[in-house]
Amino acid sequence: MILFAADNVTKQYSGHKALDKVSVAVPEGKIFGLLGPNGAGKTTLIRIINQIIAPDEGALMFNGRKLEPGDISAIGYLPEERGLYKKMTVGEQSLYLAQLKGLTHHEALTRLKFWFDKFEIRSWWNRKVEELSKGMQQKVQFLITIIHEPRLLIFDEPFSGFDPINASLLKDEILAQKEKGATVIFSTHNMASVEELCDDIALINKSKVVLDGSVREIKKKYKTNTYIVSFNSFDKPLESILPPAFQVLSEFSDADHRHATLKLPIDATSNDMIRLLLPHVTIYSVNERIPNMNDIFIQVVSNREVSEN
Amino acid sequence: MKKIFLIIQREYLTRVKKRSFIIMTILGPVLMAATIIIPIYLATQTNELKTVAVLDETGIFKGKFKDTDNIRFHYLTQDINTAKANFARSGDHALLYIPKTEVTLPNNAIIYSENNVNINVKSHIKNVMSRQLEEMKLQARLRELQGDRENQVSVDDILRSIKTSVDINTLKIGDDGKESKSYTELSMILGMFAGILIYFFIFMFGSQVMRGVIEEKTSRIVEVIVSSVKPFQLMMGKIIGVGLVGLTQFMLWVVLTFIIVTAVTATMTSGSATQTATEQLLKQNQVNIQPEGQQIPVTPQKNGDELTEVMDAIHSVDFPVMIGSFLFFFVVGYLLYAAFFAAIGGAVDSEADTQQFMFPITIPLILSIILSQFIIQDPDGPVAFWLSIFPLTAPVIMMIRIPFGVPFWEVFLSMAILILGFLGTTWLAAKIYRTGILMYGKKITYGELWKWIRYKN
Repeated sequence: MILFAADNVTKQYSGHKALDKVSVAVPEGKIFGLLGPNGAGKTTLIRIINQIIAPDEGALMFNGRKLEPGDISAIGYLPEERGLYKKMTVGEQSLYLAQLKGLTHHEALTRLKFWFDKFEIRSWWNRKVEELSKGMQQKVQFLITIIHEPRLLIFDEPFSGFDPINASLLKDEILAQKEKGATVIFSTHNMASVEELCDDIALINKSKVVLDGSVREIKKKYKTNTYIVSFNSFDKPLESILPPAFQVLSEFSDADHRHATLKLPIDATSNDMIRLLLPHVTIYSVNERIPNMNDIFIQVVSNREVSEN
Repeated sequence: MKKIFLIIQREYLTRVKKRSFIIMTILGPVLMAATIIIPIYLATQTNELKTVAVLDETGIFKGKFKDTDNIRFHYLTQDINTAKANFARSGDHALLYIPKTEVTLPNNAIIYSENNVNINVKSHIKNVMSRQLEEMKLQARLRELQGDRENQVSVDDILRSIKTSVDINTLKIGDDGKESKSYTELSMILGMFAGILIYFFIFMFGSQVMRGVIEEKTSRIVEVIVSSVKPFQLMMGKIIGVGLVGLTQFMLWVVLTFIIVTAVTATMTSGSATQTATEQLLKQNQVNIQPEGQQIPVTPQKNGDELTEVMDAIHSVDFPVMIGSFLFFFVVGYLLYAAFFAAIGGAVDSEADTQQFMFPITIPLILSIILSQFIIQDPDGPVAFWLSIFPLTAPVIMMIRIPFGVPFWEVFLSMAILILGFLGTTWLAAKIYRTGILMYGKKITYGELWKWIRYKN
């Protein structure tokens, strides 16, 4: 089931199109990665989902019907540029923001106490935000984002500014939210975290969706039929024993073995490669090289630029 | 609606709890009380003897103006033109002229003087005249009642029927014998004071709104908040919250100033043989609430001291109208300007960038203050009228005019247009604000603002 969908959304600012007929579908209970280079239009799309701005054209669906103003209480948003009222205490501020999301004072207080205990930050309650470190502020802000238990969580670069320990705490918490049934839209440049967390992605470049689907499917699609083979020392060049359709991309030796990266012709399988190699070498391992999201990202974005130029 | 209330609450509480608010709340009344008390104190301390020539064409007040410690009266018998011509050479402080009336009792008089008429002198004359007239009316009324014993008339009715207000114009006589209006009127002081106060409040609390918006924008919390509430709600919540802070401060100032002034004047005059202003006021009230059938107090207060007279002059002002209209023009004037201030805060990235946008907005306010001198000289003239109708200048200019007496339709017209102006500026400002708060690091020009205004939704 699709929790949120944007259909042909266009947003025009004077002079440029921030979004050009963008369509995305976010399945319920999944983590959805919104990727793209700086200035691609991710923040504009996120602001549209949050109803901070309205699109010029296109439809927005939430939970199977048109997105309504009341839906904001079902959305939690952690913007990339984060901040809190510096002169207000952590407690007052958390209560205020939680109530703005529609919780009653009592509900907000009970839940905040629970989370402050869980994060072991109870002692910060009466401190002013300006007295906290940046990482501590981020923690408070994350907590405020999830306090009203929204169905849809939107994190814009959530890991920036976190040390590795807190980043991992945050990652676990995002996964825990997913376990509880929340849907997450996750915007980032950090491709490693995309692979770790995301089920589906949409890649936006220059105001358009250029790639979307499940991470597994995309990776499959971008496989190049390339394998890394480890074998015993062998004094002849590999090219001499392989047909010309098999490309040797790289080769190196370490103390024990030689390793080669081979690109196979489209119709060949790993079995064909092994069959060709077996008479000459002893094979220790064969691994398919699966492209990581980083490669795909760079490939898609730069290809576009090349083809446009 | 619940959310806008939350915003108002936050804006209000965070500001009221600030140390600067508390200091201002205490310091303000002390300063205001000082500006009220010091002139009164100085006035009572001047031992300079002032002589007043009285030209009473009616003859009613013959011998009624008794010399006091500081004022000597002497009566003239010439006609008014001769008196005026001789005035410069006479060395008198003022010339009181009570023109003859045909049927009614005289209830107006003119005071001529070379310089501004001393406020004590004026209020003393006013008191003497109104008491004399009231006494005459009372005698006449009592004679009437004696012939008609059946009808019980309450004391209140009698007192009301004899209440007399004396209208005294003050005119300056120049060296050349020419007349021009003199401006020692209490209404002038009050008008200027109220006008400047409104100017000051609009500026002070308007820029608080602006700073609040800039704070939210630079701390980037604004994006979190507008994902929960509409930008318009956030803007209005802030404007209303800060406005309530202003009202709170104003109310506290009025109450505290009143307490300080009352306390200080009471101590200032305690020990002197005459009654204090407050005691006298109380007495007068007692007279008014005396039950039926009791003896009517026929002895009006004799010459009190100068302090009493100044206080009487202050009490003669129609404070409910003054305070009521002040509150209206303060609140709506503030709302009108605060929307502009919020829009500026939303458009810029830091307080340093506000100057270019602040300037055009402050022009009408500054112009109002500059023109106030002119308005006071001609409070019913066309300039005064149009400026008190134009919504950007109305709050200050109308407040300056009100103590002089403004026809009700003019006040209501001005109020109605001010409300329309408020709706207009808020509508416009909301459009700029909505776009501006999400815009960072961009140099904003007027052309850019115009584009924002034309954005749909």
